[in-house]
Formats: sequence, structure tokens, C-alpha cells
Amino acid sequence: MARIAGVDIPNNKRGEIALTYIYGIGRSNAQKILTQAGVSWEKKAQDWTDDEQNSIRTVIGDTLKVEGELRSETQMNIKRLMDIGTYRGIRHRIGLPLRGQTTKNNARTRKGRKKTVANKKMAVK
Amino acid sequence: MSRSLKKGPYIDIKLEKKVLANVDSEKKTVIKTWSRASMISPDFVGQTIAVHNGNKFIPVYVTENMVGHKLGEFAPTRLFRGHAGNKNKGSK
Repeated sequence: MARIAGVDIPNNKRGEIALTYIYGIGRSNAQKILTQAGVSWEKKAQDWTDDEQNSIRTVIGDTLKVEGELRSETQMNIKRLMDIGTYRGIRHRIGLPLRGQTTKNNARTRKGRKKTVANKKMAVK
Repeated sequence: MSRSLKKGPYIDIKLEKKVLANVDSEKKTVIKTWSRASMISPDFVGQTIAVHNGNKFIPVYVTENMVGHKLGEFAPTRLFRGHAGNKNKGSK
């Protein structure tokens, strides 16, 4: 079991896939990292030698923001929007979509699970 | 899609002129504008700009963080007072 970028322990998958278990690394980033580190994409994570692991670690450390650092950056960006009072910041605050999507129906990703309003039908008639 | 870099940021010419005049004379007069699409350039910092929201002018005090945003982002055009019977959400 390899331990890369803190807590992540990618399992016995191909390196290209295993690296995507780290927050901030997708398929294309994983491929770039492996190419730079000189490791085959096909090689399984469990077959990596210590040298290979270390070179992957240094490549990630030098080129990318991952895990906690990336999460905190995202949060900082959102906080900035909220603090300076932009439209997007306000939408973040009240939990609605930011990019002009309709909110009459759907928009459940932002709004969360449906909250049933009692007697709504009665009021409309 | 973002604006072509070749063109540079869009700032209403008249508005920019007024802001620069304000900066030169070190006055802090409030500048009224309808140009919500204008980008806030570093010259604007410290100025108060009254941005039209379709109904009235919303005074926006420009700080350093706001550079690069558009004026309209700081003057909401819609007023949502909450749903009927929803008491805990106050007026905004």
C-alpha cells in the first residue's frame, strides 16, 4: 500500500487510476504526473518501487495543490466572494446556484433534498 | 467564455474619465453610473460609485479585493423577501 499526499492510500489499481483517489488529481493530471515521474501508466500502485513512489511524491509536491491545501484555497475563494458582497457570494450564502440557472424547479444539487411545504396546493387552489 | 485579452478590460469611457478626474483632484465625490458591465480597475480603489440596479443607485465602496469584478456584481437587481408564511427569514 502506497501512501501519497497525506492520508490517501490508493489500492491495487493501475497507477493512472490509483492517483485519482487523491483530491485534486483526475485522469489527465494522473497521467501527467506518471509521465513526469517516469512510471508506466499501466503499472499497479502496489508494484511501485520506493524510488518510483518518491519521484511521484516529488512531482506532486512541486507541481500541484492537492488535498487540504486545495480545499482551503477553494474555501478562501468562496469566502472572498461572500466578504466583498458580490452576487455570486450572496448566492453562496443562501445556497442557490450561482450561474443564472433557473430555480423554479430542480436546482437540487445546491438546494439539497426537497423540503415539502404543507398545504401549498390549498393556498394556490 | 471570457473576453479576449487583446481588447483589455471593458470600462465605460465616460466613467473612467470621471474616476480619473476624481483621483487627480483627490475628491471623493460619489459617481453615479448605469454602466454595470464595467470592470473595476485598480484606479477605482477608495472611490464610492453609485451603481444603478434598475430602480435606484446602490453606493459601492470599492476595496482592493473588488478589482477585476464588474460593478453590477455589487448591486443586486432582484429583491427576495422570503416566502409567505416563512417567518424566520427576515426582509433583506
